[in-house]
Amino acid sequence: MDDLVRLLTLRDANTRVVLLGATLLGIAAALVGTFAVLRKRSLMGDAVAHAALPGIACAYFVAGRSFVALLVGALVFGVLSAAFVSLVKATTRIKEDAAIALAIGGFFGLGVVLSRIAQNQPGGNRAGLDTFIYGKAASMVSADARLILAAAVVLALATALLHKEFKLLCFDRDFAATQGWPTLGLDLLLMGLVCVCTVVGLPAVGVVLMVALLIIPAAAARFWTDRLGPMLALAAGFGGASGMLGVALSAVVPAPASTLSRGWPTGPLIVLVAAGIFVASMIGAPRRGLVADLVRRVRLRRRVALQNLLRDAFERGEETGDPARPWTPRDLRRPVRGETLRRAVARGLARPGTAGFVLTPEGQAAAARVIRAHRLWELFLIEQAAIAPDHVDRDADEIEHVLPASVIAALEARLAAVDRDGPRETPIVPPSPHAPGATP
Amino acid sequence: MSWHTIGGYEVRADDLWTVATAAACSVSCGLVGCFLVLRRLSLLGDAISHAILPGLAIAFMVSGSRSPGPMLVGAMAVGVLTALLSSGLSRWGRVPADSSMGVVFTTLFAVGVILISFAARDVDLDPGCVLYGSVEMTPLDLVPVLGVEMPRALAFLGVVLLVNTAAVVVFYKELKIVCFDPYLATTMGISAAAVHYGLMTLVAATSVASFESVGSILVVAMLVAPGATAHLLTDRLSRMLWIAAGVAALAAVVGYAMAVALDTSVAGMIATVALGQFVLAALASPGQGIIAKQVRRLGLAARICREDALGILFRCQENAGGGLSAREFRSRVGGGGALGRAVVRWMRWVGLVEAGARGEVRLTSRGLEESSRVVRGHRLWESYLASRAGVDPSRVHEPAHRAEHYLSDSMRDRLQDEVKERSDPHGREIP
Repeated sequence: MDDLVRLLTLRDANTRVVLLGATLLGIAAALVGTFAVLRKRSLMGDAVAHAALPGIACAYFVAGRSFVALLVGALVFGVLSAAFVSLVKATTRIKEDAAIALAIGGFFGLGVVLSRIAQNQPGGNRAGLDTFIYGKAASMVSADARLILAAAVVLALATALLHKEFKLLCFDRDFAATQGWPTLGLDLLLMGLVCVCTVVGLPAVGVVLMVALLIIPAAAARFWTDRLGPMLALAAGFGGASGMLGVALSAVVPAPASTLSRGWPTGPLIVLVAAGIFVASMIGAPRRGLVADLVRRVRLRRRVALQNLLRDAFERGEETGDPARPWTPRDLRRPVRGETLRRAVARGLARPGTAGFVLTPEGQAAAARVIRAHRLWELFLIEQAAIAPDHVDRDADEIEHVLPASVIAALEARLAAVDRDGPRETPIVPPSPHAPGATP
Repeated sequence: MSWHTIGGYEVRADDLWTVATAAACSVSCGLVGCFLVLRRLSLLGDAISHAILPGLAIAFMVSGSRSPGPMLVGAMAVGVLTALLSSGLSRWGRVPADSSMGVVFTTLFAVGVILISFAARDVDLDPGCVLYGSVEMTPLDLVPVLGVEMPRALAFLGVVLLVNTAAVVVFYKELKIVCFDPYLATTMGISAAAVHYGLMTLVAATSVASFESVGSILVVAMLVAPGATAHLLTDRLSRMLWIAAGVAALAAVVGYAMAVALDTSVAGMIATVALGQFVLAALASPGQGIIAKQVRRLGLAARICREDALGILFRCQENAGGGLSAREFRSRVGGGGALGRAVVRWMRWVGLVEAGARGEVRLTSRGLEESSRVVRGHRLWESYLASRAGVDPSRVHEPAHRAEHYLSDSMRDRLQDEVKERSDPHGREIP
C-alpha cells in the first residue's frame, strides 16, 4: 500500500523518470505504429529492431560505450535493413514476408557474432549490449527519459506535419504517386521514423516487445474508429496508458513468493497491458468489436426467422384462399422455432386462436411488405436481368430481408408497379411470377 | 579427446559432433522453410519460434524438468496456437494479417519472458539460452544411440530431421499442390487447412528441438534463408528442396569454421553465412540474379543498338549510294553514348562495317546481309500495319521501329505471305 501511494504521488524520483519515459515511449510508438499498421508494414519494425543489434556492436567497435554512438549505429543498421527489404522485394522474386524474415534472422545473427567478438575484447563485458535485447525499463535514468522525450516530440511533430502525406500513402499509394508525391521517399521516411522510435525504445523494452508497442496500440485503436485522426489519438492514448500502467504494475505487484525474482519484469508487463487493451477493444468496441458483431448477427438472424415465419403464414393463406384460416407451425413451408413464434405473438404480429395461429392485421401488413420485396426482386430478375423464372426464388429468398425502402421504391418505378393507389394499411402484393399459370 | 584425420586436416571429434548438430538443425529448418517461403508464411515461422517461449516455460513448470518430451508438447501446442490465433484475429477481428501475427507473437513472448523470469530460479532456462543457444556445448552431453556415444542434441535433432524429411517425402504431392494452387487442392479433396496446420506443427517441433542447442535465432534464419536462396536458383520444387538442404548444410559447416576462427557465436555465424548465401544468390544466380538480369538487359540494349546502326547505314546507302562519315555515324549510334561507341567498335572488329575510300563508314557484304534483314522486318511490319491493321501510314514507323528487333525469320516470312506488296507504305522497296 505504501508502495502504491509512493508511486501515485510520484514521490520517488526514479519511478517518476521510468513512468514518464515509458508513457512517452508508448505514445510515440503508437503514433508511428498507426501508419505502419495501416501501410501493412507493421512487421518492418521487427526487422528494424533486430537489425539494431549489429549496429550497436559496430558502434561499440568504433566509439566505445557511448550511448549516442550506440543509438546512431543502431539507426544506421535499422535503415539498412529497411533498405534491404525494399531492395530484395523490388529486384528479386522473393516476397516481402521472406525478405523481412531474412533481415530479422540474418542481421540479428550478425549482431550476435559481432557482440560476442566485442565481449571477447578486453573490457567488453556483456553489460550495455545485452540490455538492448531484453530491455531494462526499471533501470531507466533521466538521460534516457530525456532522449525518449526528445524522440517523442520529434515523432509527434513529424506525424503531425506529414499527416496528409502519410494518410494518402497508407490509403491510396497509387493515387499519391499520380498526384506527384514522392511515394518511395515517403515510405522510406516512414520506415526511418519507425527506426528512430524502435532504437530509442530498445534499451527500455527490448527488441520483441518494442514491436509490440508499435503494433498493438494501433491495432487496438483500429477497432474503435474508421477515421485516421481519432485512430491516432486513441492509439497514442492506448500506448501511453500501456506504458504507464505497465510501469505502475511492475512497481506495485509483488512477485510470487516462490521465486527469487524481485518483481515482475517491466517490459513484458507493458506489453501485457497493451495486449489487455487490445483484447478489450476487440471484444467490446461498439461497431467492429466481437460483441457488437455477434449482437448484429443474432438480430439479423432473428429478423430473418421472423420474416420467414410471417411470409410462410401469409403465403399459406394465399394458397388456401383464406387468409383468416388458422395454421400450426407444422403447416408452414419451413421449420419454425418456438422462440420465433413466441416473438411473433409478443409483438402482436400473430395471435393464438382455438385451431392454431392467425396473423393479426399488423402481421399481415408486415408479411405483405416482405413478400412484396421478394416478388419485386423476382420480377426485376426476370424482366431486367433475364433470369429464368424458376431460378429467381432462392435469390429473392435471401435478399428480401435486407432490401431497403429506397430500393423497393426504385424497383416499383422500374417495373411500373402494380400498386398505383398510394400507401395503404396492407401493401398490395404482386402475384408470384413463378406460380403455376403466372405470366410475368 | 579423440582426433580424426579428414583430407589431411586433423579434426577433433567434438568439432564433428557440433557441426553435425548444427547441420541437422539447419537442414531440418531448410526443408520445412521451403514451403514457408513458397506459401508466404516466412514470418509465421519467425512468430512461432518466438512464441514457443511460454510453451517451454509452462512445460517446465508443470513437469519440473527440462526433459524433451514435455517441452516438445508444450512448444508444439503453443506453436499451433500461434498459427490459429493469428488467422483467427485476422478473420474475426478483421485485423490485417501481419498486424495480427505481430500482436499474437509479441504477447506470447511477453508471457514467456515473465514465466521464465519466475521459473528460472534453479535452472539455466534463461531467455539468452533460448535466443543464442549453445551449440558449442552439445558434445558435453552424450547419450548412447545404437552403440555410439553421440550428443543428446544431435540424437534429438536427427529424429526431427528424419521426421521432416519423411513428411516432405510422403506428403510431397499434397504440399506441392497446396503451395502452388490451394483451390485446385481443395477441389481434389486435399484439405489445405490440414496441410497448413501440419506444416505449422513441423515448424513448432523443429523450433523447440533446436532451441536449446542452437537457439531460436538460428531457427528464424534457417527457416527462411535456405528456402529463399534455393527459390532464386531453380524453378522446380524437388530441386529447390535439394538445393535448400545443401545450402543449409554448407552454411552450418562454413559458419562453424568461421565462428571458431573468429572465436564468436556459432549460431550467429551460421545465420550470417546463410544471409550471405542469399545475397550471393540474389546477385549471381544464373536465372534470377541481379547480375544475370543486368547482363541480359545490356545484351538486349547492345543488340538493339547494333541493329539500329545497321538500319541507319542501310538507309543511307540506299539513298545516296554512299556511306556515312565516321564521325556522324558515331554520333548517331546509341546517341553517341558509351554503349554506342562500344557497339561501333565491335561492329568494325567483327567485320559488319568497314572504312570506305573517302574515310566514310560502309557496310561490308555481311553487314549488308544482316542490315537488309532488319530493314526487311521493319518495312514488312509497316506494310502489315498499314494494309491489314488499318493504321494510318504516317503512324506506322514508330511501332515498326520497336518491332523490328523482335521479329524472327519465320515471322518475317509469314508477314511476307500476308503482305503482297513489294514496297512499304512510304514507297520504299522491301529488301
